[in-house]
Amino acid sequence: MNKNQNDTLENQDIEIRLLVEAIYQKYGYDFRNYSQAHVKRRILNRFNLSGMKNIAEMIHEALTNTKFVDLILMDLSITVTEMFRDPVFYRELREEIMPLLRNYPFIKIWHAGCSSGEEVYSMAILLKEEGLYERAQIYATDFNPVIIKQAKDGVYPLNRMKEFTLNYMKAGGKNSLSDYYTIHYDSARLLDVLKKNIVFATHNLVTDGVFAEVNLVVCRNVLIYFNRQLQDKVIKLFVDSLPGGGILCLGSKESLQFSSHYSEFNPLLPQEKIYIRKVTL
Amino acid sequence: MKPYKAVVIGSSAGGLNALKVLFGGLDEHFSLPVIIVQHISPNAENYLIHILNEFSKLKVKEADEKEMPGTGMAYLAPPNYHLLIEPDCTFTLTIGERVNYARPSIDVLFETAAEAYKDQLIGIILTGANSDGSKGLKKIRDFGGLTLVQDPETAEVDSMPRAAIQADAADRILSLEEIAVLLNGISSGGVD
Ligand SMILES: C[S@@+](CC[C@H](N)C(=O)[O-])C[C@H]1O[C@@H](n2cnc3c(N)ncnc32)[C@H](O)[C@@H]1O
Repeated sequence: MNKNQNDTLENQDIEIRLLVEAIYQKYGYDFRNYSQAHVKRRILNRFNLSGMKNIAEMIHEALTNTKFVDLILMDLSITVTEMFRDPVFYRELREEIMPLLRNYPFIKIWHAGCSSGEEVYSMAILLKEEGLYERAQIYATDFNPVIIKQAKDGVYPLNRMKEFTLNYMKAGGKNSLSDYYTIHYDSARLLDVLKKNIVFATHNLVTDGVFAEVNLVVCRNVLIYFNRQLQDKVIKLFVDSLPGGGILCLGSKESLQFSSHYSEFNPLLPQEKIYIRKVTL
Repeated sequence: MKPYKAVVIGSSAGGLNALKVLFGGLDEHFSLPVIIVQHISPNAENYLIHILNEFSKLKVKEADEKEMPGTGMAYLAPPNYHLLIEPDCTFTLTIGERVNYARPSIDVLFETAAEAYKDQLIGIILTGANSDGSKGLKKIRDFGGLTLVQDPETAEVDSMPRAAIQADAADRILSLEEIAVLLNGISSGGVD
């Protein structure tokens, strides 16, 4: 590659780092330890849509226009999700994990990075069908306030329900998914009985502390966006949220194996990335 | 001769057969890590890995997040995830929106690999029914990497190689057998 291209590439990388730094200093959202390749793609994507001259101009816009920051926040969030995504995971949850939770008089669950809530309602349905919902308390958090609002609403495009229903059936669903929502024009609205024991809140895994002590942490497809150092920091947060015997579920391409906190857990269903916190004496 | 550090391959419809031939032709001591995006249905079990392992002297596995590609290895992007290369050449997996209707997308792999490996990268587009990968291959070429496109006449489905050629992304247009010979030569320090 010639010197010119090398220069352009280098300058672009510097400007992107400065933009990320500016967003952190001004708004407290810390993307400094997210995957660099991912952040760069998303920011350049926004840049191409923005019609601005260079990234430096984006920095100024981000500092002075909160609407623009909201866009960048959305770009970097990647909120793609599904109900009963990875059906096998949910089947294992039903068959292997629910029997463990049954032993508790009161079950606390934390969905960290829950996006628009599909995953949380999937859990609520599972708990209902296993007769555990009434003694469960679910905390569902994400750092993106816009997406948390959507999660709270629990309204999804009707045309997604076919895919979700297929997942639900593969996951061993006991009823029909349509038992759990009502249809309004072209959207599906999850029933209030599912929402009753769910608390939705904003929480940033990078900058906030422990949310609550819980029996089960579900954090799927969030850590893949973080570098190793940040992954480690967030795992520590989960260590501190789970008592001995508490359960941690990660996404299907995420692993605890390389974390410095690996020794705090035993692999319970490693294939499905389900780990159990060791009992410390 | 440039010391190349990695090979990236993009393939779509017809890709399994093409990859079998290509991998079958690579030497036992082929020294560069090979990183592949083959378009595949989101729910596909990874049968591709099993099949390729039978045909390949390289060890074929699914790319893990944060993994560093190594010699003697070939890596496949997992179904339903984009595979990106970080500046330090480790893998990142994401589930962002589809790119060119595809996840994994060839462009996503190629564009990030081009930035990471700069001119020490070989990019290859094989058979397929869309135009994913053209932009990425062009970027590899612009950055001084070596770009190969399967001769459309020999491809099971020719749109993807044709799109890449159209985008002015190809250094060489070759059959699968010729690509294997060229790669073996580069790996053993012979021809460029
Ligand atoms: C790909 S979604 C995963 C959604 C769901 N858990 C699933 O697996 O389908 C990633 C989510 O992580 C959230 N996220 C990213 N960084 C975060 C952070 N620092 N704190 C909390 N949530 C974060 C994003 O807003 C996004 O909604």
